Amino acid sequence: MSTLSPEPVKPLLDGSLKNENEKKREIVRVSGLKKSFGSLEVLKGIDLSVREGEVVVIVGPSGTGKSTLLRCINLLTEPDAGHVWVDGAEITARGADVNKIRAKTGMVFQEFNLFNHLTALNNVAIGLKVVKKIPEEEARRRAMEELERVGLSSKASSYPAELSGGQKQRVAIARALAMDPRVMLFDEPTSALDPELIGEVLEVMKKLASEGMTMLVVSHEMGFAKEVADRIVFMEGGLIVEEGPPDVMFSAPKKARTKEFLGKIGAIHGGTVVA
Amino acid sequence: MAGSDVLAFIERILPDLLRGAVITVELASMGLFLGLVLGLPTAFLRAYGKGLPKYIATLYVEAIRGTPLVVQLFIIHYGLPDLGLTFPRFVSAWLALGINSGAYQAEYFRGGIEAISAGQMAAAQALGMSRLQAIRHIILPQAFRLALPAWTNEAIYMVKYTSIAFMIAVPELLARGKMIISWYFRPTETLLAVAAIYLVILWVVARLMRLVENRFKIPGIGFETDQRA
Amino acid sequence: MEKVALVMRELPFILGGVGTTVQLAVIALAMGFVIGLPLALMEVYGSRGVRWVVSTYGTLFRSVPLLVLIFIFYFIVAKVAELSNFSAAALAMGLRSAAYQSEIFRGAIQSVGTGQMTAARSLGMTRFQAIRHVVLPQALRLAIPGWGNEAAVVLKDTSFAYAIGVAELMRRAEYASARTYEPFAIFTGCAAVYFLMTFGLTRLLTRVESAYRVRT
Repeated sequence: MSTLSPEPVKPLLDGSLKNENEKKREIVRVSGLKKSFGSLEVLKGIDLSVREGEVVVIVGPSGTGKSTLLRCINLLTEPDAGHVWVDGAEITARGADVNKIRAKTGMVFQEFNLFNHLTALNNVAIGLKVVKKIPEEEARRRAMEELERVGLSSKASSYPAELSGGQKQRVAIARALAMDPRVMLFDEPTSALDPELIGEVLEVMKKLASEGMTMLVVSHEMGFAKEVADRIVFMEGGLIVEEGPPDVMFSAPKKARTKEFLGKIGAIHGGTVVA
Repeated sequence: MAGSDVLAFIERILPDLLRGAVITVELASMGLFLGLVLGLPTAFLRAYGKGLPKYIATLYVEAIRGTPLVVQLFIIHYGLPDLGLTFPRFVSAWLALGINSGAYQAEYFRGGIEAISAGQMAAAQALGMSRLQAIRHIILPQAFRLALPAWTNEAIYMVKYTSIAFMIAVPELLARGKMIISWYFRPTETLLAVAAIYLVILWVVARLMRLVENRFKIPGIGFETDQRA
Repeated sequence: MEKVALVMRELPFILGGVGTTVQLAVIALAMGFVIGLPLALMEVYGSRGVRWVVSTYGTLFRSVPLLVLIFIFYFIVAKVAELSNFSAAALAMGLRSAAYQSEIFRGAIQSVGTGQMTAARSLGMTRFQAIRHVVLPQALRLAIPGWGNEAAVVLKDTSFAYAIGVAELMRRAEYASARTYEPFAIFTGCAAVYFLMTFGLTRLLTRVESAYRVRT
């Protein structure tokens, strides 16, 4: 779905990238975002913009604030400073209807967080019923459609405990999709999965990307990042070190630190990423 | 002044209440001890025993836990004389509290024993220990630690439930309070003083048990978690 | 055999107290639930001040022996508010059960895990909606075993109302024993009635628990 020309290694691609994307609507905008937990400053001033249909993968070492950034975007974590806009509305504004704006973002968690007391179908339907006030029948019908979308309609009446990790995560994706979000936030969606179950989740995510969903993904799956991302954001120490299209980031990053990290993680994950 | 009048009154009744508190503490500690003596073997019989002994242990635990302490006390104090067994009031109260506590303690210890994996018993027997040796040296020390938090709770329950001894006129803390109420008819101050003394006793017991838990702490045998929860 | 016949003859009179005993237990448990559940929510989700108030309430009502509480309500509260003996006992038992039930529900709410709340909020649910639709349905199920324990304790502790002359099971047994001069037979019979009640209650709650079990 990349809106870029698949032109290889050309260090200064930023200009053309900007022009391409300028036409698209901005779905997420983050400016000057800061967050500390006690004396630990996790985010030290983040600026980020995600446009409609864009797939942005955030990479970086553990504990560099990637998940916190994601959680600040739907205000599950309250930032100390800075602003966040989702689809044009500022969620950090005083008196903003946080729940309404939050419903425009779908979030997928590392630990799935499926509601244990509800079947797969009702996990997907509950947001529709409670938040969107959609009548029971209609909610169930739409939930079923979302389950079909992730290939799990046959598991509609299973409880979370009866599903594999991969299936749980696909239900979680369907649950988020049902709310018809403008952007999907993925917080390490495959990190808690057994290796053989990662593929099915990544497949669903690729399919979403190809359908034009705006996605912001924190992940260590470099293969996925290379193949699907429009842009890779490398974060370290609470700051964005560098961002750019995957081919540039993997083969000719500007910063030495980026090269070191992407090279290392590429090697760990068996990728052939460093040119 | 009302304030100093209240203080003077409490000062007047305090020695009497404290004499009752001593009996309360005696009853509680003796009751806990009897409960331990009855509860530990019962726990092992329920966990490892078979046949009649196991059946009797189960019957004991279920009968006690299924009926109120007050009824048990009345059976012992008013009922047993029918069968030719008469005890002084204090002894009746002690027996009732101890026998009652034994059933609950048995359950806590059984929980501790059953939380220890079968591998421990197997490993001990593989070393050549007899079943009894394995229980004594391997299972018991661990089960005891696992059961400690529940046992702390039991100690606290025990202090509170000693107050039923009042029903057969053992002169413990509450009974003294009740007597003082009938003499002076100042229930508010008297009952609040009684409640305060119970709180102090419980605070001390909780403190003591914390010391005991720290004394026996072993890394990896988690008795921070309450077995009852 | 003669004693059995005697207990049988007294049984209808003793069983006349079952109604009062059950009433007392049901009122205390219902009161404990209605007060205890909000207390638990306040203790988990409330501000610091609220949590302090709730935990102080809990500590007080769990620490003071039930008999002392019953006397406090009988001698002090009931005189001011002109309550019957039965009401004084029910009030003392209900407020005490609220303290224990709030502990049970608090534990259950906390073991539901923060991920459930987070996921619900991420869908755009308000805090209240998340508690109502996601946290509580799970917490209440998790609380059933602990609640069953508490129900059995309350049922047995109704016998403490004997001390202020409420004509429940225990008090009636005492009358019967005084009338017949057969305390052993009468009190053992009375114990059997209690046993059947707690046994039935435990059975019932085990049923409820397995019907509503959440697989995790």
